[in-house]
Amino acid sequence: MRITVSVDGVDYSDEVEPRTLLVHYLRERLGKTGTVVGCDTSNCGACTVHLDGHSVKSCAVLAVQANGREVTTVEGLARDGRLHPVQEAFHQNHALQCGFCTPGMIMQAIDLLADNPDPDEDQVRHGLEGNLCRCTGYQNIVNAVRDAARRMSPGAGPDAERVDEAALVDRTPMRTGGGE
Amino acid sequence: MTATAEPEIGKARRRKEDARLITGATRWTDNMQLTGMLHMALLRSPVAHGRITSIDVTGAVRMPGVLMVLTGQDVAAEQGSLPCVWPITEDMLAPPAPSLAVDRVNFAGEAVALVVARSAAEAHDALSAIDVDYEDLPVVLDMARAVEDGADLVHPDLGTNKSATWVLDSAEAGTGSDVDQAIADAEVLVERTFRQQRLIPAFMEPRSVVVDPSPDSVTMWSSTQVPHILRWMLSAVLGIPEQRIRVVAPDVGGGFGGKLQVTPEEVLTMLVARRIGKPVKWTETRTESMLSGHHGRDQLQRLTLAARRDGTVTGLKVDLLADMGAYLRLIAPGVPILGAFMFNGIYKFPAYRFTCTNVFTNKTPTDAYRGAGRPEATFGIERMMDELAAELGVDPLDLRRRNWIRHEEFPFDTVAGLTYDSGHYEAATDRATELFGYDALRAEQAERRANGDPVQLGIGISTYTEMCGWAPSRVLGALRYAAGGWETAAIRMLPTGKVELVTGTSPHGQGHETAWSQIVADRLGVPFEDVEVLHGDTRISHRGLDSYGSRSLAVGGTAVVLAADKVLAKARTVAAHLMEVGEDDVEFTNGAFSVRGTATTTTLGEVVTAANAAHNLPDGVEPGLDAEATFDPENLSFPHGTHLCAAEVDTQTGQVKIRSYVCVDDVGKVVNPVIVEGQVHGGLAQGIAQALYEEAVHDESGTLTTATLADYLVPSAVDLPHFTTDRTETPASTNPLGVKGVGEAGTIASTPAVVNAVVDAVRHMGVSDIEMPCTPMRVWKAIHRGTTSGVPTTPGAGGGLGSIDERGGAE
Repeated sequence: MRITVSVDGVDYSDEVEPRTLLVHYLRERLGKTGTVVGCDTSNCGACTVHLDGHSVKSCAVLAVQANGREVTTVEGLARDGRLHPVQEAFHQNHALQCGFCTPGMIMQAIDLLADNPDPDEDQVRHGLEGNLCRCTGYQNIVNAVRDAARRMSPGAGPDAERVDEAALVDRTPMRTGGGE
Repeated sequence: MTATAEPEIGKARRRKEDARLITGATRWTDNMQLTGMLHMALLRSPVAHGRITSIDVTGAVRMPGVLMVLTGQDVAAEQGSLPCVWPITEDMLAPPAPSLAVDRVNFAGEAVALVVARSAAEAHDALSAIDVDYEDLPVVLDMARAVEDGADLVHPDLGTNKSATWVLDSAEAGTGSDVDQAIADAEVLVERTFRQQRLIPAFMEPRSVVVDPSPDSVTMWSSTQVPHILRWMLSAVLGIPEQRIRVVAPDVGGGFGGKLQVTPEEVLTMLVARRIGKPVKWTETRTESMLSGHHGRDQLQRLTLAARRDGTVTGLKVDLLADMGAYLRLIAPGVPILGAFMFNGIYKFPAYRFTCTNVFTNKTPTDAYRGAGRPEATFGIERMMDELAAELGVDPLDLRRRNWIRHEEFPFDTVAGLTYDSGHYEAATDRATELFGYDALRAEQAERRANGDPVQLGIGISTYTEMCGWAPSRVLGALRYAAGGWETAAIRMLPTGKVELVTGTSPHGQGHETAWSQIVADRLGVPFEDVEVLHGDTRISHRGLDSYGSRSLAVGGTAVVLAADKVLAKARTVAAHLMEVGEDDVEFTNGAFSVRGTATTTTLGEVVTAANAAHNLPDGVEPGLDAEATFDPENLSFPHGTHLCAAEVDTQTGQVKIRSYVCVDDVGKVVNPVIVEGQVHGGLAQGIAQALYEEAVHDESGTLTTATLADYLVPSAVDLPHFTTDRTETPASTNPLGVKGVGEAGTIASTPAVVNAVVDAVRHMGVSDIEMPCTPMRVWKAIHRGTTSGVPTTPGAGGGLGSIDERGGAE
């Protein structure tokens, strides 16, 4: 089955088996190995990407379901050599050790901050509940997300990712710019 | 050259590693794609114990894209036996451990056939076309029953399920007196049986192996903690000359001991890649990881503690059964034995005996998991100290104070035969009780008890020590461990003055690239950014013993110091020659040599350039400034600390909520406080998870019922509390950095702190133990049955999504 999908600002058109998961399409066909597979049951969240601006576990989405849509992975976050504020906050707050959960954790954190730009500790913990980390005990991840919220608050610096719900609903299914 | 104004050691550097990890530019083994690469998939036994009566692969061979299907019979002559390098006793029984089962399977999840195909999907598709017939054999699951006379046998050829029994007796060893006498004379005896449930390491990156064969040499990339040991063992198992094997551990996504292994899958990938002559990749699914990767813990502990009425401890007797699972993996037999040196904890027991019997069962083999033997021991002693305090009606903290080694008593020779070099238990405890608000919480606890509050408060204490930095080599030899305990570092001083540091440690999340750079920058006065740390490739790092047992900094970091000192010693000779003065007149500060009392200086960079050009060197001095050093410590390192947990227990539901968790750890001097705190956090998470959430559960047929992350409850952010951490700093006296290990301390300390808190909350309701994990149902049952021994509940899945047991309720 042929799909057309925009990933990190680049259009791809490919023939895929209907059973191909989005994460396998990203990793094996497109070489987007920044997104990883951690489990078989959609519990760990390591494979989290954005589909039209919302976080999804890409092991629970078929590649064909991404047809005509926009995917953003951790590899598409930095702009002009500058890290996304959430990436920067993860680095500054030592929110990663082995780093395997980090791409998914960062993508989920961005989605969480789009919904709630100023979450308290409890809201961050619940917002990340579907993403497992075995190294950090989560405390520095929570700190990083709250730090990122400060970095992304109005007037805090360069434009950060924001999801415009109305624009999403009305948009045509092809990309017009880099990412969402 | 930049002078380093602020000392690099002790600086809260952000990690170098992060740049690739936060951008997705990582090199996990499963990311690798080689031209012509094939994929291997393994068929695993659904049966825990059985005879393979037939395997029909004809259907699988005909599937599209399939190049090869092999059974155990096809590789029996080649596959050898998986290595076990720790024969703890001379008469230890060790059955052959095939990578692919040949005629019998001994645990559910054991590989019985393999497929190599063009794609991973085609390989997995073909697995379903393989027909295997099994003749069921009796399944041995319960350790206590397994060691009884007439028990069904895992390996009938051995005639017993006991692999080995190992004893440490303080009277025989001359390290203390006779424990039986102490027990006979005891004014107070506390006897308890604790169960250390089976855990699964559950590193986030599933294991993956890629093998690229060539007629001359073969390269294996593996998600391993131990590339050097793996290379050595592959050579030993498969008979491939070691110099023709290159092992690379690229980015590795966590290990926690779970990747301290030579796995069946590594051996099989190597074997099929060499047979086919093409690169082959194997990457496990999460369920395969949980079925086939080794498990941890799993002990039955019978403990007897003797004391006087005044609370002074007089003896400790430890009887363990340790579950090895179906085979002896790499260091599995020695894991419970590590506990022999730790059951006495920080206390001055005059008499001690430790006996451990390693037992075979039809379960996944066990081996090292974060702490490896020490968490089990620390749990045992810290729970027993709380039980003794309850028996005597004294505050458990006061009881510990009465019995611990006072700071002026170091170095201290323990009843288990170790020498603790340094420590200050009073300081760590004082700081922890202050941060915790110990007295106020005790007051609140009393109030809630008096009011009959449905939510009761418990306070749990763990004043732990542990031993890490597994060394010295001669002692490991005496314990029959096959490897040494040393570590190597090499420094390459490049012509431009930049530095390559090669380490034999193999980080998989610990941040060695950052910490080792700080050590080099500190010693050589070069900028932190100018140091590149190389590791994990046996062609680059040719000597090393890898990363496990909290050894990397105390042993490997010290090797870095020694290598840097060798560079400086030679540089000083060259600098003196260049400045035409005697070596004694040369001083080195902030990366430059100067002549005492003059303005003459030359930078290390200039000396490096001169040494590489070699145009003007003293007679007999070799060109270049590279140096290599190997460090074999004279002793282990002994971090310690005080962990305090306040837990709220809802007596109506059994739900446990950690209200506050305070830990003050003493890991000696600290190279990078940010990394140290991160290690503590992660350690706490895994220790708390053992106390409250995780358990590998088998049903009566030996099927692992917690083989997904939906059933095996690795805690999420919601399940863990905020940690309050602090440190005291008592330098280790056994390495020049003064550092102690930190990787396992949090895990070792936290489990008993949490369980002590839970039991403390409901002790007045007649509860003196609750089996781990302390799930709501177990806690509720303990309260409502009121029991003085462990609550006999059927183990159940951890309570994650969808974990419903056969009685319809989550345990």
